[in-house]
Amino acid sequence: MSDNILVTTLDEALRWGTGKSLWPFTFGLACCALEMMSAMGSDYDWARFGSDVFRDSPRHSDLMIVSGTVTKKMAPRVRRLYDQMAFPKFVISMGACASAGGPYVRGYSVVDGVDQVVPVDVYIYGCPPRPESLIKALKLLQDRIADGKVKH
Amino acid sequence: MIRSHLRKRRGIEMQDKIVEVNFGPQHPSTHGVLRVKVKLDGEVIVDAQPVIGYLHRNAEKLSEMGYYPKAQIYVDRLDYAAALNMELGFVLSAEKLMDIQVPDRALWIRMMMVELNRIASHFIWLGTHGLDMGMLSPFFYCFREREKIFRILDEITGSRLLYNYFAIGGVYSDVTPKSLEMIKTWLSDFDKNLTEIENIFKKSYIYVARTKGTGKLSLDDTISYGVTGPMLRAAGKKWDLRKNKPYLHYDQINFDVPSQQAGDVYARMLVRIEEMHQSARIVAQVLDKLPAGDFYNKKYSKPMLVRIKATGESYIPTESPKGEFGIYLVGDGSAIPYRFRIRSPSFANLSAAPAMLIGYKIADMTATLSSMDPVFGEVDR
Repeated sequence: MSDNILVTTLDEALRWGTGKSLWPFTFGLACCALEMMSAMGSDYDWARFGSDVFRDSPRHSDLMIVSGTVTKKMAPRVRRLYDQMAFPKFVISMGACASAGGPYVRGYSVVDGVDQVVPVDVYIYGCPPRPESLIKALKLLQDRIADGKVKH
Repeated sequence: MIRSHLRKRRGIEMQDKIVEVNFGPQHPSTHGVLRVKVKLDGEVIVDAQPVIGYLHRNAEKLSEMGYYPKAQIYVDRLDYAAALNMELGFVLSAEKLMDIQVPDRALWIRMMMVELNRIASHFIWLGTHGLDMGMLSPFFYCFREREKIFRILDEITGSRLLYNYFAIGGVYSDVTPKSLEMIKTWLSDFDKNLTEIENIFKKSYIYVARTKGTGKLSLDDTISYGVTGPMLRAAGKKWDLRKNKPYLHYDQINFDVPSQQAGDVYARMLVRIEEMHQSARIVAQVLDKLPAGDFYNKKYSKPMLVRIKATGESYIPTESPKGEFGIYLVGDGSAIPYRFRIRSPSFANLSAAPAMLIGYKIADMTATLSSMDPVFGEVDR
């Protein structure tokens, strides 16, 4: 009985720590990447919310923000980068293109949503979403991590 | 120019012991999704081949599927760092094709808006160029300044990055006295703030040592590759379409075209920063000269626009932050464009990448690639 209580508490502590120390992956695809840069820039400063440094290597990071249109040529690379990330890992699909193809959905070379390639935890609407939306998505993701409701 | 010819000209031989390195498509200093196949002899690049198409999203064909005004959302997303400059190329071309008159006030508003967006685009370049060269602080300074411009653009257009603001026949909404006041406040300390950022670059010994003489492109090469914009001006040619083939009211405005002789990464930085000062000068003059009147052609109200049928062809080159941008439109008498050809500057500029890379060290590669300022929405279209 006492063991169980200890394990649950540790689990919660781990989840709390994971949510508050997300390291995003510098992964810009298209227009939304500029708004992602604005979110990490001086005015919006999303390091305030416990997601500090953008890492350049997938092996260092645990949050992938798919910011932009995923084309059929890029999709295998997105999957490969996702596979290279260490567990636990989370995905935010930023903007209309990454979520569902956006204005380019009729094109022959565009994937209709990145969720066909990698599992997505949080979707954001907008073309492009404002940095405030991205910060809200981060807060949502942290809540879901705290509740243990994330996909891996 | 073929790459073997470049090697021959620079006295480089392809040895047997070469190392092939794949650069991209995911790399923090490619500014998007560029992939470069590099062959190295020791540290020296003996072959570099850019691979593009990772952001190909059919902008041309999708634009040919809808009415003329509908193409504007795809035009916006070409060079997403300077969306208004892209829209300008489209609306000028469409207005010429449809023979639509634009009120004077709309032309002046357009001029002010594209210059503001040019500064924002150059700020992104300057910040990320600093990141590529190992400097973190200019990124935050540049984004602080860029957000000030975005607050103004947000006030006028209602959007931060992609605006859809210019309409065929004018602009979608008038500038308010409040936004003009915001621009005046912003102008009052812009030059001071930019000089502060400029000095971080110019006075950094490491930055100057890494960029002077790096990624050189001679004037002949620049012209033969079709390179335009700041890269052409950095190589010694004073060619600016705003001066040489004026559109809008650029002939009624005083501004200088900056140019440098060296053609290296450092010269490109100097040219772009001076362009930002000049753009602020243009904005200040437009504020003084802004006439009263309509902001769009009342004869063509917005619902009317989609039914306009056009015949013929038109192309108006404009000076975008990256170089010559224009859209070649062909109308076949219907309300849908028959051909929608995009002349994008980054695509032509990127074709000169092998000439700037072969013969230099691999460590200079990030500096050279970022000095080109490629935007992949525009390269891959």
